[in-house]
Amino acid sequence: MQYLVSVIDDRTDSGTADEMAAVDVFNDRLQAQGHWVFAGGLAAPSSATVIDNRGGGEPVFTDGPFVETKEYLAGFWVMEAADLDVALKLAAEGSRACNRRVEVRPFL
Amino acid sequence: MTRPGVQEAITRVHRAEWARVVAGLTRKFGDLDVAEEAAAEAFATAVQRWPADGVPPNPGAWLTTTATRKAIDRIRRESKRADKQREAWMASADDPGEPGGAIDDERLRLIFTCCHPALAMETRVALTLRMVGGLTVPEIARAFLVQEAAMGQRITRAKAKIKAARIPYRVPAAGDLPGRVSGVLAVLFLVFNEGYLATGPGTDPVRPDLTAEAVRLARLIRALLPDDGEVAGLLALMLLTEARRAARVSAGGELVTLAEQDRGAWDAALIVEGHRLVRERLAAGVAPGRYQILAAINAVHTSARDARDTDWSQIVALYDQLVRLDPSPIVALNRAVAVAELDGPEVALAAVDRLEQRLAGYHAYQAARADLLRRLGRSREARAAYDRAIELAGNTAETAYLTRRRDQLAVAAEPWKTV
Repeated sequence: MQYLVSVIDDRTDSGTADEMAAVDVFNDRLQAQGHWVFAGGLAAPSSATVIDNRGGGEPVFTDGPFVETKEYLAGFWVMEAADLDVALKLAAEGSRACNRRVEVRPFL
Repeated sequence: MTRPGVQEAITRVHRAEWARVVAGLTRKFGDLDVAEEAAAEAFATAVQRWPADGVPPNPGAWLTTTATRKAIDRIRRESKRADKQREAWMASADDPGEPGGAIDDERLRLIFTCCHPALAMETRVALTLRMVGGLTVPEIARAFLVQEAAMGQRITRAKAKIKAARIPYRVPAAGDLPGRVSGVLAVLFLVFNEGYLATGPGTDPVRPDLTAEAVRLARLIRALLPDDGEVAGLLALMLLTEARRAARVSAGGELVTLAEQDRGAWDAALIVEGHRLVRERLAAGVAPGRYQILAAINAVHTSARDARDTDWSQIVALYDQLVRLDPSPIVALNRAVAVAELDGPEVALAAVDRLEQRLAGYHAYQAARADLLRRLGRSREARAAYDRAIELAGNTAETAYLTRRRDQLAVAAEPWKTV
């Protein structure tokens, strides 16, 4: 079972050196214990582009994120976990490591 | 021809077996929704057949067999459903769980799943009453003054989340158990309190159906986790509170304070049972948790034959212990009310006033303050506090009591008006 752990952010500065170091330690542990699938940090929402090609023909490009919010997705983990209890424990450690709130959501 | 006693038997069997049937089927089929529906169908079949056929010698086994057949029928009908997910969930249900016999009961898994911390509190309450308590969706909707459709949706969404996010069906590991048990107890306490001091202008002030259900579930958890002190504490607290139910509301529908209650109307059997649990916890010699202390406070109250015999120093000492564990303003308020009996209303009022910032919008704060001001003869201020308390109180019996108190105050304060 895989879970998406989204990092919720409302700050414009990227992670501090301490936070980055804590995340590295946490990532090593995820890998050592077989929970690691993938993870990444994202650039600021203002760097996003929304593409709409639903009608076919010429795709429409729009500058900026698809929804403007005070809080946004700053990064994520994809984790392998046996069930939600395991995922919640890992996410709690992740939240502590990156010093931000996180959201856990199961993959279908 | 309906055989005598069959209706009663069905009701009794429903109470005794519902959670066991749902829990067993959930384990077998790995799907709460399938289990719930099949259990409901099996009971509906019993209602149809038992009056003619008679109650089977082993009703629980009959229901499980019938429900299992219903579940298999449904799964066959919906064979396209995502089997992979179900298999995975069933694998988690096959974990051996905590060794130690008593704790490994199917119903305990069901309770922990329904009270999972990833579910919203109101969802946990609804799910527990449905899956463990066996209440119907309309019954639960009525209990919490929610539209039936909305309550149905809440439960459906919860079942979908349990399945999609794979909330496990097992008893938590020993290390997580205390936290998870306290989550379960919070659900039961909430159900009990809603019954004990029902909110809403259209509801009865006391809802014995809800308090009785909470007591029943607490007894079940007590039977499943006999060594847990807080479980015993909560059950004792409920019993000692429930024991006073008949005396708590007057014939005129007014709340009767502890001091004014007819103690002869208290339920002696429940008090004996509650006291026994409190003594058992005292003898255990383990530092008590919140519910055990609250139970002990209620044990002191119910030990006094007359309100004047109440051992207030003991009660204040217990509140001191509770404050150390739970420094919330509500505990501090209750302690202050006890202090009034020991050190007088002036000392208590000073303590109450210190809580104003945090509790000004809480009816019990205003009511306690009004009472202390009244006792100090500060009628004008008392009246203002009663007005605030009446505005904030959601319970009809409490509103009636506060209104009478306020109006008596007006008469006493302005005697020329009594003519």
